[in-house]
Formats: sequence, structure tokens, C-alpha cells
Amino acid sequence: MTLELTARDQSMLDGGQGPSAAAAMKILVAFSNAVGAESLLDISGAHIDGCLYHGKAGLDFVERLVEGGGRVQVPTTLNVGSFDLIHPGMVKMPSNEEAPARRLMKAHLELGCQATFTCAPYQTRFRPEFGQQIAWGESNAIVFANSVIGARTNRYGDFIDLCCAMTGRAPAWGLHLSENRRGRVLFGLDIAETEPSDNLFVGVGLIIGQASGDRVPVIAGLPEPRDEDHLKALGAAAATTGAVALFHAVGITPEAGTLDEAFHGRAAEQTIRITRADIDHALASLSGVQDGAPLSAVSLGTPHFSHEEWMRLLPMLREVAPGRGIPIYVNTGRATLTRLQEEGALLGMEAFGLIPVADTCTYVTSILERLDGVVMTNSGKWAHYAPGNIGVSVAFAEMKDCIRSAAVGHVVRGAV
Amino acid sequence: MTRLVEAFERAGTFQLAGSAEGRALVFSQPLSFWGGVDAESGEIIDHSHPGLGQNVAGRILVMPSGRGSSSSSSVLAEAIRRGTAPAGILLERPDPILAVGAIVAEFLYGIGMPLAVCDTASFVSGERIVIGIGDEGGAIVRSYPAISPAAPRRQ
Repeated sequence: MTLELTARDQSMLDGGQGPSAAAAMKILVAFSNAVGAESLLDISGAHIDGCLYHGKAGLDFVERLVEGGGRVQVPTTLNVGSFDLIHPGMVKMPSNEEAPARRLMKAHLELGCQATFTCAPYQTRFRPEFGQQIAWGESNAIVFANSVIGARTNRYGDFIDLCCAMTGRAPAWGLHLSENRRGRVLFGLDIAETEPSDNLFVGVGLIIGQASGDRVPVIAGLPEPRDEDHLKALGAAAATTGAVALFHAVGITPEAGTLDEAFHGRAAEQTIRITRADIDHALASLSGVQDGAPLSAVSLGTPHFSHEEWMRLLPMLREVAPGRGIPIYVNTGRATLTRLQEEGALLGMEAFGLIPVADTCTYVTSILERLDGVVMTNSGKWAHYAPGNIGVSVAFAEMKDCIRSAAVGHVVRGAV
Repeated sequence: MTRLVEAFERAGTFQLAGSAEGRALVFSQPLSFWGGVDAESGEIIDHSHPGLGQNVAGRILVMPSGRGSSSSSSVLAEAIRRGTAPAGILLERPDPILAVGAIVAEFLYGIGMPLAVCDTASFVSGERIVIGIGDEGGAIVRSYPAISPAAPRRQ
């Protein structure tokens, strides 16, 4: 099997569109050969997970593309960076790391990328549509685009997402192709909850992530989600405990009107039942902290808080009125933050400890004032990664419990 | 009379072409560079991997495939830049993430770390491996048992 290039692909490879496009095409061709693609296809957008500073090679790559006069060929959004450019001073970083971290974010803008700096590009005006071919990085964004929207991307990452954006092309393989979007393992939910809790969706995500491997999971019996944020939480959890890039939820997600549609008329290779006890067990694994432990902070918004989530949080803050000065960090996209400010929605909210964080996330960079106590979160993804990334103890709970705990100063769960 | 079988030769395909030689570091379990290799030292830091504590720098790393996060591309590129990467990597199955890391490092720094796919069944850690480019552009991989008195330069 060999990769067939169009005349335009070949011209780009030969330098016809400049040295940066040629380098991007060379890398894309090698990648495509490695995955066994037979051709490249056009993409309508890209999302780049390259703005977190991990070392010199990442920055050198973008700088080289900038020097070569490169420009992205399709609308391209950017994932979080190491810095909150909206609230300078919030991130505590040694100055020798700050300069390259800031430069990395700026260099991407010089390639023509959009200054979104969010892990939830599906909340922006660049949200793709059903059936569109895209090349996205960032695991939660990938699973959301494929599953909830029905756009088509593989799990792209380091360098290759940018190479797709610089060429407007992606290898015709994997989840870009209909046949590979077929469900292969069935998860049957055996629960009786008419009004599902937020945690149910996190728990289901944790379980399908662990058990799916590289097979597309299909969930049957999932209660109707309140909104797409439930599915955001499910997908983010599944992409945390596993490599899930696409799930189908029968009767809910766009490629799974029926069980038969989700499996493309074929049989499931395996069927796994999920009980309430399985979900409780999965959720318990996120939290090694006992109720009553003193609380240092709350962190919400991983993935970035949507406008709808803010509209649930803000009345809750006014009602519970936490007044102990325990910081409640909320990670969100800068576009969402701007909208809230224009609406005047955040006026006076700092009295409750609210600290909005934009452009980055509280678990990838030094933002939290205190790391010694327990941090509470409603995010399965944050709960999984934060202990390793920034060395905190985590208590996982529903959002309401997080806010009530901030009000009393210690971990309380099961609030009504 | 054992000399006849001392050099064992296999043909393979390159994901990134080049020549290299070094002592083999052979694993039956894939190693993720992200979270698995310290790019500053080349040391294997994955606590769940049997190679924990060994060093990949300058070795010919042999394993069935790559594994894990796409961030491994960055870590491999960074290790190549720092000189802590393997001299070459041999895989049983092609790996897009390692290919990207190797190609980016060659593009940026002009340092070629050959990455080839071949039958890896009979390699043994410690033996000497020489990766070369064949007439047709394919990979020619020769191995020389460590106990053999016949080092490649003597032949």
C-alpha cells in the first residue's frame, strides 16, 4: 500500500508553496505512510495542541515554520497555553521559562492561528458541523467533535496537528472514514435514574475509557443528558482513562439513532453491563480524601466551563454565598469570559472567592495559591491528572458539593 | 565453525532512513517516550516498564511498537536534540508518533536517528546492531552477538 499524492500535494512537498509548507507536507507524508493511509483528504479546520511549553524542540519547530513564511491553510484554533494572557500575574512561573512559554503562544498566532487558547474549541464560533473532516488535537475536544457533533478527526497531537493545518490535508484513514466509525463494544447501562446526576456521566466515561481499548464504544440505556456538557464530561473522562476518540450513545449522539445504526448493522464484539455499583466504584477511584478534610481550593472547568455551566454556577454561588475566602477557580475560554463580562454576569462574584482563569488550566501550570490542602473538583479529568501534575490531593464531587464545601471550609458530599 | 552464523542479517523498511550502530536494548513491551523516558538523561522512568532505570542513549532500541500519548513525538525530538536519544530504533510495526518525532528532529537539527521496521524476534539485549541503507533504499539490519569475538569492524 503506497500513499498517492495529488499534483498539489506533490507541488507542496517539492517546495512550490514555500519551505514551511514543504516541511509540513514531508512530515505529513511520513506520518501517513506509517499509519497506512492511501491518500490525503481536505480538512475544513484544525485545532492545535501545541501551546503548552514542554521544551525547546516544540518552540524551535514553530519558529522554523514562522521563519519560512508559513501560514495555516484552514481556520485553526489553539488549545490552552502555559499562561493566562488575560490575567497576567496569575501564573507563577520562573522568568527563564516564562519568555519561551509566552513566545510559543505568540508564534502560533504568527502562523495565522486563532487566539482561542481553549481546550473546548467546540464552544467557539469555529465549532465544526456534522460530517466535516477536521484535524484536531486535545483528547477531550477530539472525542467531543467525533461523538457529540459527528465531525471527523483522528487523535492528532504533537507537530502533526500543525502539519495538517499548514497543508489543509490529513491522511485518509481511521475515523475520517465511515467504516471505522462503526461501534464495536456495547456498554449496557443497568440503572434506574430518571434525573441523572452530573457524576453519572463522569462515571460512565471512566468505565468505557478503561474497557474499550481501541474499539469504538456504544452506550445503550444512557439517560437523556441535560445538555451537551454532560456529554463533554463523559467524553473527557473516557479520553482520560483510555484512548477513546469516538463513542456512540444510542438515541442521543448523531450517528447512533438506533443500536443497529451505531453498529452499522453488525453485532457487538463484546457486551459489558454497567451497574450503579460499577459507577460508584469508578468515581471512588478519583477521590482518596475523606469527608471533613480541610479544603484549600475548588477547581471547576476542566474541560473549559461553557456559558451554560456558568449560568448554573453563578446562582449557586449567590445562594450558598461562600465567604471564607477559599478560592473557587473556574477555567474557561476567553470568548466565554468576554461574553460574561459584557453581560455583567461576574460583577461582585469575587466576594464568594470566584477566580476566573482563561487561556490555560489550573492543572497544567502554577496558579493555585496553596497546594498543601485538598482541592475539590467536579471534573473527572482534573481529578485524574492534578495529583501527578501539580501534587495536590483531590476530592471529587458534584458542583453543588464543591461550593457548599467552600462555604464550610471542609469537604462535604451528598448535599441536597 | 560458529563464525558462519555470527552476523545475522535482516531486511526492513525505513520510517526515517539513515545509518546507525550501537548495542541493542531489547524490550518485548512497548515503551512510551512521554512519561517513560527522561529527555534530559535518556533514562527509562516508567515504573510499569521492565526497562525502568536503564538508559536508551546511544543504544539501538528494539521493541514491538510505540505506545501511548502523541506527546511522545515531542519527547523523542527533544531527546534527539539533547543527544540522549537512542542511536536508532527498530520496531515490529510502524509507529506514526515516533516517526513524527524523528523526522521533526532531523528537520530542525539535522540529526538523523534512523527508525526502521523489521522482524525483531531474535534480537538480544547487549548484542551489536548495525543499521545500514540497502541498494533499493530499504533498511539492512545486521546483528553481532555480544559474546562473539568478531566485532563488525574486523570483518
